[in-house]
Amino acid sequence: MGKTKLDLLQGTLDVMVLRTLEAMGALHGYGIARRIEQVSGNEVLLNQGTIYASLVRLQHRGWISAEWGTSSTNRKAKFYSLTKRGCRQLAEDEAYWRRLTDVMGRVLAMEEGGRR
Amino acid sequence: MRDQLRRVVNRIRAFFRKRPLDGELDSEMATHLALAIEENLQRGLSPEEARREALVKFGGTEQAKEQHREARGLPALDVLMQDLRYTFRTLRRDRAFTLIAVLILGLGIGTNVAVFSVVNTILLRPLPFQDPQRLVWIEGPPREGGLSSVTYSVDAFEEYQQRNHSLDAVTAYMPFYGPSDYKLTGRGEPQPVSGVSLECNFFQTLGVHPMMGRPFTPEECRKNAAPAVMLSYFFWKRQFAGDRSITGQAITLNNTSVTVAGVLPSTFDFGSVFAPGTKMDILVPAPYDMRNWGNTLLLIGRLKPGITLAQTQAEANLLFPHLYHNAARPDFGIGYEAQVQSLKDHVSGKLRRSLIVLWSAVGLILLIVCVNLSNLSLARAAARSKEFAMRSALGAVRGRLIRQLLTESMVLSMGGAVLGLAFAFLMTFYLAHQGSIALPLLSELRVDGAALAWTLLIATASAVLFGLAPAFRMAGKDIQEALKESGHGTTEGRKHDRVRFTLVVSEVALACVLLVGAGLLLRSFLRLLDVDLGFQPDHAAAISVDYDDSATNGAQQGARRGAIFEEMVRRVRAIPGIEDAGISDMLPLDRNRSWGLGAKGVIYRQNESPDAFVYVVTPGYLAAMGMHLREGRDLSWADRADSEHVVILNEAAAKRLWPGQNPLGRIAEVGGGDTTVVGVVSDVRETGVEDSSGLDAYLPVTQAGPVGAEMVVRTKLPPDALASSVMKTLRALNPGQRAAEFRPIQQIVDHAISPRRFFVMLVSGFASLGLILASLGIYGVISYSVTRQTQEIGIRMALGATAGQVQLSVIRNTLRLALVGIALGTAASFAVARGIASLLFGTKPTDPVTFAGMVLLLCSVALIAGYIPARRASRIDPMIALRAN
Repeated sequence: MGKTKLDLLQGTLDVMVLRTLEAMGALHGYGIARRIEQVSGNEVLLNQGTIYASLVRLQHRGWISAEWGTSSTNRKAKFYSLTKRGCRQLAEDEAYWRRLTDVMGRVLAMEEGGRR
Repeated sequence: MRDQLRRVVNRIRAFFRKRPLDGELDSEMATHLALAIEENLQRGLSPEEARREALVKFGGTEQAKEQHREARGLPALDVLMQDLRYTFRTLRRDRAFTLIAVLILGLGIGTNVAVFSVVNTILLRPLPFQDPQRLVWIEGPPREGGLSSVTYSVDAFEEYQQRNHSLDAVTAYMPFYGPSDYKLTGRGEPQPVSGVSLECNFFQTLGVHPMMGRPFTPEECRKNAAPAVMLSYFFWKRQFAGDRSITGQAITLNNTSVTVAGVLPSTFDFGSVFAPGTKMDILVPAPYDMRNWGNTLLLIGRLKPGITLAQTQAEANLLFPHLYHNAARPDFGIGYEAQVQSLKDHVSGKLRRSLIVLWSAVGLILLIVCVNLSNLSLARAAARSKEFAMRSALGAVRGRLIRQLLTESMVLSMGGAVLGLAFAFLMTFYLAHQGSIALPLLSELRVDGAALAWTLLIATASAVLFGLAPAFRMAGKDIQEALKESGHGTTEGRKHDRVRFTLVVSEVALACVLLVGAGLLLRSFLRLLDVDLGFQPDHAAAISVDYDDSATNGAQQGARRGAIFEEMVRRVRAIPGIEDAGISDMLPLDRNRSWGLGAKGVIYRQNESPDAFVYVVTPGYLAAMGMHLREGRDLSWADRADSEHVVILNEAAAKRLWPGQNPLGRIAEVGGGDTTVVGVVSDVRETGVEDSSGLDAYLPVTQAGPVGAEMVVRTKLPPDALASSVMKTLRALNPGQRAAEFRPIQQIVDHAISPRRFFVMLVSGFASLGLILASLGIYGVISYSVTRQTQEIGIRMALGATAGQVQLSVIRNTLRLALVGIALGTAASFAVARGIASLLFGTKPTDPVTFAGMVLLLCSVALIAGYIPARRASRIDPMIALRAN
């Protein structure tokens, strides 16, 4: 395990899943996990298993839907896709995260002189 | 908001679809791993490597599943279900413990729920009328002279009705009814019917609406009104088979055609509220000429909104002293007094203390039950300490263990609650159908929603009470200590024992309080049975007789009545087996009326003139009742309507009128008429067994007008055996004679003491239950400590202790615990006894017999409870005991 991998903040995994589905369309659990790993450049500490708790949570909220289908290698898999409500939710989340990172960026970029 | 709801619904749905959802997740995860392995193989890893890396990346599958379940279902409920499953498994394994615990809890909770239902019905629940909290009861302050001195005349009632400003309405009824004053004819055999006369606004004032038909109209209480009658629901069902066309029809009551105005709802039971222990079949408008009968009415009012009892009382204090006894005869004078109280207080106020005692008694029972169960579960917890140490070593947190133990006690408690409810249902059903108990509202007794809520409350409370001690003891234990402990430890002892012994001592003390309370009430009841009533109720019975009283002129009426009664009594006396017979219009403890009494020539100051209970009787009545003639003679058939007017007084009356002098031959004024005293008879209890005797006057039927007629016969045979021959004789004289039943005089006495009997039976029952539970508790603890000391006893016996010495030491231990408990209990009992002093009759709260009896009883029970384990201890074989470990 890489010593500098990021711990996932509460709620960030859900946003990542939503965004992945928006970008990739219908995808099974493994695909989502792999995609997040790839995009994050293996910077995130992700037990792939935890993705399923996130998926069921999002499903209960009606933000994603699931359907059984077959993978490219002809395996039976559950495919998740974003719902309309999920799209709206993602837009909200996205705005929130952008604001937060913006603020965090500004705070962290604060010049040393400001304190004196 | 909608999202929240959707999530809750989804979670609940997921909770119930655990299995399919787990299956889906499993196959999803399998695909996941397969895909990962495939990809790894493509990357050129060896099959083992590919698989290993896929698993590593995935993380713990069990954790993933757990997270999945938590995210989708109801984790708290999952834990609860787990605890419950575990609980049921343990309890099934410990079947004997479970059975005993549920049984004990069932008894404790059942008695509590049953008594709560009684208390709720009589004391807590509002009366079954509209806005019952605004209803008030108005009667005169208690004085000698029974009902006549607390009732009001029709004129006084009407004047108060008009002049008061604090009541929306005032109504009244006449309490001078007999067991069956009315006779229903024209429908088979003449039937006896019980009825009460009311003012016509009675139902409107109480807010009772007839189930069918209409209430009485104001006209129906006026002069020359067409007679009407209201049927009670049960009478309608029984006598008219629930015939819906009955309203508006005419029925024949007392040979008069009467229109049925309506039928009352089943929720209205006049007897259960106003005349406990009796059933009222019909309700009729008060007859117009009642205004000439003197004091006849008890009043019920409805407060105007915002008016208080105190204001009404203050107004009554001003109005009543100026009300006329008879508006047409101002010379009869003015002056009444009135006490205003809420109707609820009147109906159940006197019972409050008794009910609270009853409630406390079952509360004590529940405490004893909890102590017992604490003991049992402590013993059980000791046996399970390893199990719990193991669980906490495996990672169970303290909270989880406490939760597990509380779940167990909760499950036991709920089991007990179910059993207790069944028990309470039976008990309330039984009590509700004891029509002869003179307690108000008893017929409405049932286990209702409030009782169910109460059940839940006490079941939960007891679960916490008896579950918490063992829970904390267990959970607080040092794991290492517990795991190291070797079975029946020898050193674990002292501290554990102290808790258990404290529990036993408190149990004995509680039982002690129960026994003393019950003992005192029981002694009071026995005293009550011993009271000299002034007559002998056994071997006597009464039957209502009908006679033709149609003559108009007073003296003629008297002569005619005398002739009819003389013939009746002569013929009935001639029936074989009947020793004595006589007729009176009223029977003691049944109903009463009183008239003014005075020695001729003596002027009494106002409010000091004596009132006497008046009985209009035939010769032979005194003998038939088993009363003792102290001086002079009985009335005779020679005392005719036109001969000298005579009276027999009781001892109290003779002493009051002519203290220290011979009353025979003197002239007494009874109800305004001059009579010569010809005899003095023993005092009887007229109104209640616990009330002292008043003044009595016995007038001959030829010279005074009786209100109804009760024939009393004295016989060694059971009255039922004579019923048909007596009835045949009466029917021969008067074909219109009702199909009345013999009432044993003892039954009238029993009815009078039934409330006390009711409380004594219940309290004694509860005390016995408490005693049994306490003895079980003693037995359990001693027996448990003997088991744990097996080794120790074995060593002592190996060192030369004899069986007798071992027995003695166990019994000494038991007795010491019992004595400490008794000492504490006795101290508490003194306080409790003082609290119930007002409920006692002829018994001091410090009654030595009761206290001594209690000590003796508890000591012997403790001895027995200790002897059984002691015997077992003395039979321990040292060899086996020492080898056991």
